[in-house]
Amino acid sequence: MSEQLAIAAPSGLARARRRSREQKPFDLFPLFRLAVLLVVASIVVVPLIATAIGGFKELGELRANPLGLPHEWQWANYREILESQRYWRVLGNSLLIACLTVAITVSLSAMAAFAFAQLKFFGRRFLFTYMTLGLMFPAATAILPLFIQVRDLGLLDTPWGVILPQAAFYLAMAVLLLRNAFRELPSELLDAALVDGCGYVRYFLYVTLPLSRPILSTVAIITFVHSWNSYLVPLILLNTETLYPWPLGLMAYQGEYMTDWQLVLAFVTLTILPAIIVFVLAQRHIVAGLTAGAVKG
Amino acid sequence: MTVTTIRDSRGASGGMIAAALIFLPPALLLFTIFVILPIGEAAWYSFYNWNGFNRPDNFIGLKNYISLLDNPYFKKAVLNTLIIIAVSLTVQLPLALAMALLLAKRAFGAVAFRLIFFMPYILADVAAGLIFRFMFDGDYGPVSGLSQALGFGPIYMLASPSLAMVALLVVIIWKYFGFHMMLFIAGLQGIDRSLYEAAEIDGAGAFQRFRFVTIPQLSSMIKLSVFFSVIGVFQLFDVVMPLTGGGPFNATHTMVSFLYIFGITRMRVGFGSSVGVVLFIICVTFAFGYRRFLMRDE
Repeated sequence: MSEQLAIAAPSGLARARRRSREQKPFDLFPLFRLAVLLVVASIVVVPLIATAIGGFKELGELRANPLGLPHEWQWANYREILESQRYWRVLGNSLLIACLTVAITVSLSAMAAFAFAQLKFFGRRFLFTYMTLGLMFPAATAILPLFIQVRDLGLLDTPWGVILPQAAFYLAMAVLLLRNAFRELPSELLDAALVDGCGYVRYFLYVTLPLSRPILSTVAIITFVHSWNSYLVPLILLNTETLYPWPLGLMAYQGEYMTDWQLVLAFVTLTILPAIIVFVLAQRHIVAGLTAGAVKG
Repeated sequence: MTVTTIRDSRGASGGMIAAALIFLPPALLLFTIFVILPIGEAAWYSFYNWNGFNRPDNFIGLKNYISLLDNPYFKKAVLNTLIIIAVSLTVQLPLALAMALLLAKRAFGAVAFRLIFFMPYILADVAAGLIFRFMFDGDYGPVSGLSQALGFGPIYMLASPSLAMVALLVVIIWKYFGFHMMLFIAGLQGIDRSLYEAAEIDGAGAFQRFRFVTIPQLSSMIKLSVFFSVIGVFQLFDVVMPLTGGGPFNATHTMVSFLYIFGITRMRVGFGSSVGVVLFIICVTFAFGYRRFLMRDE
């Protein structure tokens, strides 16, 4: 009866009906929904928690008691890593590489995107298509020639040898996002600025960039996350362990302590911790940045 | 004197071109040196038998490509890629869509669940691979531990070619479904409420509303999500190395891990380049074809 009424009723009433129906104590959907979500969430979270807890066990207990909490919490595993130079060094290397990669990607792509969005010149369409070619294939396709290129430039086994190729690969996405955003800026602004004798460079620095902060931070976030997590490019281009960013450092550590799972687990936990902390603190920006970047690209 | 004439005269007099000459070259140069040139060089090296030292001078024509297409591990890697794509589209995307439907509206815990599901996406693939290498470890891992607790004995998932492939699929879904879910949530939130009300007035049930309103309205997001899934699978590498290293018995290689193990670690530049060229052709063909035929209107 109420079903029929809801269908016949005008939409406002239908909505009110529906709402009241959802609030009925006998409606099992909210409970079902919550149960499904909790199951999926625990599948997502359990591996992370198991890893963190595993780092608190002794190797023998890891084997004898893989499911439960540790009988005795072994802080020594974590303490050893936190006191080692190695842990801080790999994080520091990653931070340095990621910051410089972001700086180069954002500045070069903003300049190029400004030219593509605001200036008219011969070959603009062609050059823009050329730059966005980078979106079509992964860095892996040319990783061997890249190795040779970087070696011949004398940049092999240096931070710049990783930063420049990474920035080059992220440029395509960054130029596309920024050009689309810059095109939305009213062209009257540029006209007015030019009448006032403001040149293109000053216009870019004092008008375009400040007006585009949200999209610039989106590009910066995407680039930073990619660089922070990147593995293949530094794997090929770095040899010296003191230069390793953390994903490489993690693999090297695992290779060294392969039989000591409890140490490897503590090391994994500590190396992903910065990302998790930053994610929790800035989740809104990070989620919005990464998804908006994908949708707009 | 109007504004446009000033702008036009500046443009014509070369102001714009001069500005373009300042703004464009740095990005173009970096991109050309580290992205485009290596691709061209890959095509060139792929015709040589070369170990990377001195100059490539041992021209062998198409031999690298012939031995690549004959290589059983490469065939397996291509097959694995297709399997991963198929599972991504038939398991991961429906899961992501289902979670998006449960979490798109403001409801109890929606934001918290979204964040939890999205979190694996921001973690490095390498860490995810290693975490699951532990989870699936036969001696120390919780999955095997659970099986023992239930009386089934230990499971050595990563030691069995077919189970290792299942493990790889689990990690990929675990890591990426949250990202696709966020795409779908963004899509769902963009759907005009009145469409649902109209459908309801017309007597559409819940399933019909889903079938005839939600799915068509989401189609562009679904196409985008499929695109990212496929492109992502083509470049899959970071997860594979810590989890299985392509093993056991080279059963879980992707194209990139094959390239790494058989081209890079053995410094077979010519052979490795031919893998890169094949991967390049597949990616570009897919990207162009997909955009041309499926994403035409966007």
